[in-house]
Amino acid sequence: MKNFTQKTIEKYHHDKTRLMDILIAIQSESGHISPENVTQIANELNMSEVDVEQTISFYHFFSMKPTGKYSIYLNNSVVANMMGRADTAAAFEKEAGITFGEVTPDGLIGLFETACIGMNDQEPAAIINNRIFTRLTSFRAKEIIRDIKDGKKIEEMFSASFGDGANRNNLVKSVVTNNIRKIGPVLDPDYKVGEAIRKIIRMKPEEVISEVKHSNLRGRGGAGFPTGLKWEFCRNAIGKKKYIFCNADEGEPGTFKDRVILTELPRLLIEGMAVAAYTVEASEGILYIRYEYKYLEEYLEKILEEARMKNYLGKDIMGKKGFNFDIRIQFGAGAYVCGEESALIESAEGKRGEPRDRPPFPVEKGYLGMPTVVNNVETLCSVVKVMLNGGDWYRSFGTSESTGTKLLSISGDCRNPGVYEVSWGFSVHDMLEMVGTTGNVQAVQVGGPSGSLIGSDEFNRTLGYEDLATGGSLIIFGEKRDLLNDVVVNFMDFFIEESCGSCSTCRILPNVLKKKLEKILEGRGVEQDITDIETWGKFLKASRCGLGQTAANPILTSIKNFRHLYESKVQTRKEYDTGFDLQQAVKEACEASGREPNI
Amino acid sequence: MSKPVVATTSLAGCFGCHMSLLDIDERILDLIELVEFNKSPINDIKKFTKKCDIGLIEGGCCNSENVHVLQDFREHCQILISVGECAIMGGLPAMRNGIPIKECLEEAYINGPTVKNNTEKIIPNDPEIPIMLDKVYPCHEVVKMDYHLPGCPPRADLIWEALVALITGNEMKLPYHVVKFD
Repeated sequence: MKNFTQKTIEKYHHDKTRLMDILIAIQSESGHISPENVTQIANELNMSEVDVEQTISFYHFFSMKPTGKYSIYLNNSVVANMMGRADTAAAFEKEAGITFGEVTPDGLIGLFETACIGMNDQEPAAIINNRIFTRLTSFRAKEIIRDIKDGKKIEEMFSASFGDGANRNNLVKSVVTNNIRKIGPVLDPDYKVGEAIRKIIRMKPEEVISEVKHSNLRGRGGAGFPTGLKWEFCRNAIGKKKYIFCNADEGEPGTFKDRVILTELPRLLIEGMAVAAYTVEASEGILYIRYEYKYLEEYLEKILEEARMKNYLGKDIMGKKGFNFDIRIQFGAGAYVCGEESALIESAEGKRGEPRDRPPFPVEKGYLGMPTVVNNVETLCSVVKVMLNGGDWYRSFGTSESTGTKLLSISGDCRNPGVYEVSWGFSVHDMLEMVGTTGNVQAVQVGGPSGSLIGSDEFNRTLGYEDLATGGSLIIFGEKRDLLNDVVVNFMDFFIEESCGSCSTCRILPNVLKKKLEKILEGRGVEQDITDIETWGKFLKASRCGLGQTAANPILTSIKNFRHLYESKVQTRKEYDTGFDLQQAVKEACEASGREPNI
Repeated sequence: MSKPVVATTSLAGCFGCHMSLLDIDERILDLIELVEFNKSPINDIKKFTKKCDIGLIEGGCCNSENVHVLQDFREHCQILISVGECAIMGGLPAMRNGIPIKECLEEAYINGPTVKNNTEKIIPNDPEIPIMLDKVYPCHEVVKMDYHLPGCPPRADLIWEALVALITGNEMKLPYHVVKFD
């Protein structure tokens, strides 16, 4: 192991900004990063051990304790639960003889929980040694554990067939399915690679920016910042080197459209990054992909290699003198907050993914202090189509405020979960008809946990920056779902787990609000608890990044739109109740000292 | 008009807040003109003899007796005030909150380096002894508290101003030096 660590460190030239890559390599090789590894890394990279440890401790998929020869990470998202995760989880526990969070005494199997892994349309799903297993049942769980005990390799453990499209590619061989249900300009498979590059190199960078601005394309990650403007800022910023980042960290529970683009249209994405690079004169691109999609690594590396061969990347691209650009892949290691652009940059620099204070914005001082553009996968793909067909063409889709199309990741209680590309301005009601719902729909979570939970009286609202802004995650809940217990509590747990802990508002308040919610659910709440949640929730707006600012949204939007669910659970006879239970509070001490609770 | 009645108690505290109350110096003479004291360690009245207007609570709740006393205060006092950090947040005693109470008791009575002669490994269990709670609770998590006076202890001036404001019905003066804590 010492040799492997040494070789890995040398592979990355003793560069501490590549700490993530070094840690990922060691974690994958030996299932954990030992204290000896930490000492060795610290010495070789000229860092302190705590600096190495703080990066390790930040990410979900790094562990300083062994995680088993086979590490099973079972998704615990809302939709996984809706699709029968409990049975699967119980079967894993029973067959392996351990509970979640443990490793078998022989070190063979580790069972862990993990947040949404981008497979919401094929849940319950798990990651086992970086490979994805979808649509799990208790039967499959038993089979998998049996196969592990029989010493089978991961590849031998898949069921009969692989997924659709490039999921069958020899370098992917995954059971994941794309579930593309509706295509539009971005997902259109009839596209010739390299044409956009060929076109833009005959234009001035300013002309490209002006066309993108004219298209009114806005960032597809959710925040909706105008793409052309972002590029212009970066182009005008001063720095001896500039960077293009593609944000493929999609961690918002319920989103999986970037995974589908990475699988089916990686060449389109690479071309989009090259277009961005040409306009801001960036020489290096970093494709930051969430760890959960590591199963695509070899495939994507091959495609990058192919792009270099064809001179879509590399030196003097397509014959344009001085247009030099190449892309490297950076994997994350399991942290939702890294989807925030400055946290993503921090992470790519080998550090904890904590959002930075702004200003300066990344377009001025980003990766390694240099001007950096961070764009979402879908934004970069849209750019290619804008450049091929023009801004006017692009504006013919969608609304005046929200031009173009949006890829939606739709999951939950519907007949056809998957990826749908629709024009902005699409109503929630039409969306429900499009996916085919069974029975009455009680609510739709628009934009993931950080978005809003809306009820049927708002289904006439439309998707777009002017009404319901969304990064594309839509989760449908049928009438039988218990919104508070099954949805809101799960989302709050997610935010509590994913807070980076930097701002006290986001570190503390979600816990406090969840306790209030639990108090209400246990029947000990009063009306004031509801109003307290509403008042206190506002303080989260003081947090540094979007994660903290929206961390109360699951509770706040459900109170706003489903107040009756809360009101039916609070005590009406009392004005005030702290919810304190003396019997419960003395239970442990009584057990420890062996006495009766004579209170 | 009869004088407002004040009661005070120290729960899981160190009596520092009561010391701070005494720190109002000669104003204590004004205070006894202004109010009448009922149950309080200051006059050693052990049980409520009537309904009170104001209850000053020092300390949080670490055992069953603290809870009973606090609930008794809530029943007898119209206005309850958390005085000091322990009442407001649990304070120093709450440092044990990260450790299960079973481990705390075992360390104190069985495994600790200063434990001698407890060969039968007994954790005190006489029915007369109050029972420890699983953690130290701030007062407002047990009963409704009306006001909070921060500080460790709150300055005498702050306690004095608060009491006078409550009794006279005037707005409380809160100059910077009274509410800054470092």
